Amino acid sequence: MKKNNNIISVNSVLLKNGTIYDPFIKINKVADILIKRGKISEIKREIKSVDSKTLIVDCKNKIITNGFIDLHSHFREPGFEIKETIQTGSLAAFYGGYTRVCTMANTSPVIDTPELVKHIINQSDPLPVYIHPIGAITKGQKGEELAEIGGMVKSGAVAISDDGIPLRNSYLLRMALEYSKKFNIPVINHAEDVYLVNEGLMNEGINALKLGLPGNPDIAESSMIFRDLSISHYVGGRIHIPHVSCYKSLEVINQFKKIGLNITAEVTPHHLSLTDNILVGFDTNAKVAPPIRTKKDRDALIKGVQEGIIDCVATDHAPHSIEDKERDFQNACCGMIGLESAFGLVNKTLSGKMDLKSIINLFTVNPAKVINITPNLIKVNNLAELTIIDPNCEWVFNEEHIFSKSKNTPIIGKKLKGRVVSTINKGFLSNYNNL
Amino acid sequence: MHKLETKHLIGLESVSKKDIEKILDVGFIFKEVLDRPIKKVPILQGKNILNLFFENSTRTKISFELAEKRLSADVTNFSASSSSVKKGESLKDTIQNIQSMKMDCVVMRHPVPGSCMQLKEYVDSIIINAGDGTHEHPTQALLDMMSIKEKFGKIKDLKVGIIGDILHSRVALSNIFGLVKLGAKVKVCGPPHLIQKDIESLNVDKTYDVDELIEWADVVNVLRIQRERMGVGIIPSIREYRDFFGITNERILKHKKEIVVMHPGPMNRGVEIDSQIADSPQAIILDQVLNGVAIRMSVLYLLLGNSELEKK
Repeated sequence: MKKNNNIISVNSVLLKNGTIYDPFIKINKVADILIKRGKISEIKREIKSVDSKTLIVDCKNKIITNGFIDLHSHFREPGFEIKETIQTGSLAAFYGGYTRVCTMANTSPVIDTPELVKHIINQSDPLPVYIHPIGAITKGQKGEELAEIGGMVKSGAVAISDDGIPLRNSYLLRMALEYSKKFNIPVINHAEDVYLVNEGLMNEGINALKLGLPGNPDIAESSMIFRDLSISHYVGGRIHIPHVSCYKSLEVINQFKKIGLNITAEVTPHHLSLTDNILVGFDTNAKVAPPIRTKKDRDALIKGVQEGIIDCVATDHAPHSIEDKERDFQNACCGMIGLESAFGLVNKTLSGKMDLKSIINLFTVNPAKVINITPNLIKVNNLAELTIIDPNCEWVFNEEHIFSKSKNTPIIGKKLKGRVVSTINKGFLSNYNNL
Repeated sequence: MHKLETKHLIGLESVSKKDIEKILDVGFIFKEVLDRPIKKVPILQGKNILNLFFENSTRTKISFELAEKRLSADVTNFSASSSSVKKGESLKDTIQNIQSMKMDCVVMRHPVPGSCMQLKEYVDSIIINAGDGTHEHPTQALLDMMSIKEKFGKIKDLKVGIIGDILHSRVALSNIFGLVKLGAKVKVCGPPHLIQKDIESLNVDKTYDVDELIEWADVVNVLRIQRERMGVGIIPSIREYRDFFGITNERILKHKKEIVVMHPGPMNRGVEIDSQIADSPQAIILDQVLNGVAIRMSVLYLLLGNSELEKK
């Protein structure tokens, strides 16, 4: 056993008395799971005889489910290793219950060729999570020419996105949507009309007014989502909408879902759980794009998740160095980290409003469908790719729970509900010291 | 004992009515001091004050400096170029430098909203906001209120109009917070796209019609039109602005009633206000300047002065 950041690689583990929930193959039962050399060797109501070297984890009253999948993370490598690396990002993800992460293309260089996609995947090979890169839509994220989408998909890219840079050129979006049909991947466009955003630094509304901060109106998002979905409706291709932030966008998405358009949408833990009141003290850690909005929007997002208008949770894990955040509000970078706190925050927000299984689906089966992948399911002889959850554990999120290289999050000091006890993948097991 | 509930002066949104009234009262006392042959009092002897200006300013800076010197404080001035602010690295360095210099008080002007609030978190000194971007400019609003009170003997129930680019004005925002707290009726006026959509949530009314405002108001505070806003095509032209929103001589003559006219300065004569009006007896613009020194003495004294001195 080798300890590394509280993560060990382990030969033999027995998970005792857990409730196994695999929404992919619709298993929901209490049983023991024996894992040997990274593989599930046995699933039985009671596994008695194990050798003395086996690590036994008591999973009574805990849920064993598939590893979480994050559709939206920034691991910053190559180019911004001061903020995060593929390794530190992977550790943060693994601690947070994730076994698969889609990384955004806004690195330096931008991930816009098959070789770069391959490079990212190779980097993640020895790490406890699988990385599914998202390639850029346009070369250099410049919004001018389509990148080698086909080649990137062939190399393992699961979607295309210019990340934080909205595709302003509607014609080019049309071209990307039509072309992507050949490769069956979603196009993810950061939907914010940059002209309506203008100099906006937070949600336009009463709080922005009182703080004297230039406002970014909700229609900047909803109007561009309307454009994107209209194009998709016209030419086909599949849109996945990232980080939906307001009720107006939900209305647009719902309208297009009702007429049968094949679209999906994600929400971040912070948009789902916070309101723009968090900015009253000018906390730059809560400065994100799109901005955190009002209670009305937050309540609508919760309802949107309940009704299935929103398909899944994605973190938009966006690490920034101290130097990038400890600035005045205008010059501070946008984004917050989220992988380590995602489940506890979302579960706290949704518990009582949704059943636990539906909440877990937001992290597992639903995002898997968006990018069309199937993880290692909870079956004998499959590789063990599991997350163990204590759904009722109440805990305070602190810096010590952060494995990311950056600590930019306003969630520090907040009480969460539901905790990832341990994650198992590729022969690794997380949170060993606390088991 | 003359102490305020607030430790710093970041903005009038967070200052109580009681504190505002006290600052105004003490402001009038200091105004008398300014009429004496020797205008210097030893109240803040030995106190170190840093005037930290990240944005151009002439009158606010001079006014603070005068107030500080008349209270016998030791004054240090620091002006940084706005290009260093653009890099965004200055605030953290500023924080650390100030901490090392052991200043009793920092008077800061900065182009970004919230900068004073952020500074307060990191520094032990007392912070006075001399304008933070489009957020607040509390001493300007206090001197405006003092001037109104001086003219009318009260603030409560007075009808105060504020006209101009409300959206980008820290003067407007601080005035609104202060005046509403003290019971004035406030109506803002300006081009519709330069007034915040949700402005009524601050308990003020709005109109796009200057003539209506003049008919309604006891006093009108005319904001300076920022010429740099013209460049981005938000205000089509100076003549059009003057035509629809200027406090012009013709417009004032048209109305039979006499209203009091204020301006925080510096004025664009012939744009938002005509010279005939600015120089007329109904304008109290120069009183505002003098009251500015008195009110800043009041703020400095109430935040920094110690009570033992007062007993003597």
